Amino acid sequence: MTVQELPGAAAYRPTPPPAWKPLTDPAPLLPDPEPYRVLGTDAVADADPELLLRLYAELVRGRRYNAQATALTKQGRLAVYPSSTGQEACEIAAALVLEERDWLFPSYRDTLAAVARGLDPVEALTLLRGDRHTGYDPRTHRIAPLCTPLATQLPHAVGLAHAARLKGDDVVALAMVGDGGTSEGDFHEALNFAAVWKAPVVFLVQNNGFAISVPLAKQTAAPSLAHKAVGYGMPGRLVDGNDAAAVHQVLSEAVARARSGGGPTLVEAVTYRMDAHTNADDATRYRGDSEVEAWRDHDPVQLMERELTGRGLLDDEGVEEARAAAERMAAALRERMNADPELDPMDLFTHVYAEQTAQLREQAARLRQELAAENDQHGTEDGGTAR
Amino acid sequence: MTTAAVTAGERTAKAKPATMAQALGRALRDSMAEDPTVHVLGEDVGTLGGVFRITDGLAKEFGDERCTDTPLAEAGILGAAVGMAMYGLRPVVEMQFDAFAYPAFEQLISHVAKMRNRTGGAMPLPITVRVPYGGGIGGVEHHSDSSEAYYMATPGLHVVTPATVEDAYGLLRASIASDDPVVFLEPKRLYWSKADWSPEHPTAVEPIGRAVVRRPGRSATLITYGPSLPVCMEAAQAAVEEGWDLEVVDLRSLVPFDDETVAASVRRTGRAVVVHESTGFGGPGGEIAARITEQCFHHLEAPVLRVAGFDIPYPPPMQERHHLPGVDRVLDAVARLQWEADN
Ligand SMILES: Cc1ncc(C[n+]2csc(CCOP(=O)(O)OP(=O)(O)O)c2C)c(N)n1
Repeated sequence: MTVQELPGAAAYRPTPPPAWKPLTDPAPLLPDPEPYRVLGTDAVADADPELLLRLYAELVRGRRYNAQATALTKQGRLAVYPSSTGQEACEIAAALVLEERDWLFPSYRDTLAAVARGLDPVEALTLLRGDRHTGYDPRTHRIAPLCTPLATQLPHAVGLAHAARLKGDDVVALAMVGDGGTSEGDFHEALNFAAVWKAPVVFLVQNNGFAISVPLAKQTAAPSLAHKAVGYGMPGRLVDGNDAAAVHQVLSEAVARARSGGGPTLVEAVTYRMDAHTNADDATRYRGDSEVEAWRDHDPVQLMERELTGRGLLDDEGVEEARAAAERMAAALRERMNADPELDPMDLFTHVYAEQTAQLREQAARLRQELAAENDQHGTEDGGTAR
Repeated sequence: MTTAAVTAGERTAKAKPATMAQALGRALRDSMAEDPTVHVLGEDVGTLGGVFRITDGLAKEFGDERCTDTPLAEAGILGAAVGMAMYGLRPVVEMQFDAFAYPAFEQLISHVAKMRNRTGGAMPLPITVRVPYGGGIGGVEHHSDSSEAYYMATPGLHVVTPATVEDAYGLLRASIASDDPVVFLEPKRLYWSKADWSPEHPTAVEPIGRAVVRRPGRSATLITYGPSLPVCMEAAQAAVEEGWDLEVVDLRSLVPFDDETVAASVRRTGRAVVVHESTGFGGPGGEIAARITEQCFHHLEAPVLRVAGFDIPYPPPMQERHHLPGVDRVLDAVARLQWEADN
């Protein structure tokens, strides 16, 4: 017998707890159900033709960069390359929406964003070539080191943006992460901190369908990754990640919002990874050709090219010009990457601490001795020529 | 179930060359076939078969509820494994690379390692955490850490690492059968090392915690494990020319530590060098050297030496050869032992 069935007992009607009321109306935070698009829609009428042409040129260069870097892995010049072919619109928009004083927090796939922001292509590749972990000074370029452990750079972006605001600087941090990375605890903690602190951060999720072999459906049960924003109290925005104009616009709005004190935004760009996870991965194990083919028609470079030629902003000559510029970039990259980097093994000990410890000095001396002995040996073997 | 549940088959089937990766996969398969409570979970372990293909075919054979592609979240994976083990399953977790296990440290240290103790023995956690570790494969940043010292420093965890194809099978079977949590470190540069080995009639599974003498000798003992075993075997071979007869001990298990085998060897030879690629300061070698000194002091003719990686973050692939202890560094140490002994 339940309590309610006791003779004479009044039905119990719970009332809401006295202190409870929703903090925010979630409706304005919710993403639109369809990814936002500009190219091929009425919205394109408002787009600045110069911006479109700039995006196009960068897309063509970016595509060529990915192809060149992939080729360099085949020649053994890079240890590994995680290509962003198919995702160039996200990479480039991320780089171009930022002011010089802003910061970019890339993940390991975002070499292209770093290059589009102006980083020397060779400096951007040292991690993947294997000579230096980070071949540039993050402070000079305001690009954090390309981050290999997933989502761990996101709290850094929040902290940096927060610090900038505490100092009174109107700096925005844009942090990039993959769809897989959104499952990590660091992703959740970063979003929560950012929202609570109203930190000037933009989170850009490149949803390219897979985390290595794992499809999005096994990664999340959320209606979309952009929906995750609502639970933290920030707006979620869904955008066509292959439409450079759309990504640029959505990110610009998010950056402007952050800069004006409006707090963080989570942007999910829906895109597709055309190549394998890296050159070491066999994508045929987890996806079919037909799926990849279906995305070819929605290629970011083609989308922009069709739009621009259709509107008479670009002709064959313009296309040729963009390709030639990309070819020159690739040739220069190839040439510079074909030279062996000059490495000093003693650097291994130089940047462990601000001041080398006695212990490290001792170990460095030991290595120096070993190398000298090696050199002597080679010297004798080579008939006395020093190496 | 206790350890050592598997017996040796008759060695009738022909042994064929097999890789350590294949032996590990076979151990998972056999454990799952024998015990329906064994579940494999991790990133990319299903359709892809893991980035090193260790779990290849398991999802097909046992279904994706026994071999599960999880969301990309190490703390979640290991935390979920804790709950699964609390409810009677035997989870085998794959961490994709050494440095990507770090998000799971809270679960590992605060829960996996301590649950038996916290519950007064009422709730042991039979979890195996497989971690590919170490360098030498040209991996970029965060793909080559040797994290064994962190694990060793945590009471409640077994820490095991095979160096041969046979041991890869035997130790993994024993780890999965163990009622205690095991951090199973897989030396990734030995994944493709081969030996004649018959998967149909695999090696007997010894209880974990026993070291083995891989090469008998009289001049000095090299104490090593995992990725550094082949280096020490090669050094021992090369040392013959110098007139040294080196004994090589493969620890196989760092926790529990086989004091008996190690001490017996050092008492015979009177000299010892500990060799590993993990950093030396605060590394496993310090603990091992201290134990040897405590137990064999009166037999020692020289101080126990360590040959280890430098005390630096793991270098970029183009520089890793300078960091990893090779044959020459081992022989140098042996030479120093002789010098100490003669003077
Ligand atoms: C903490 C952590 N766990 C595992 C890995 C290994 N790993 C590298 S990339 C990757 C998949 C990432 O997928 P996603 O976040 O979707 O980014 P994408 O590769 O699609 O750009 C994994 C599991 C890692 N780098 N960091």
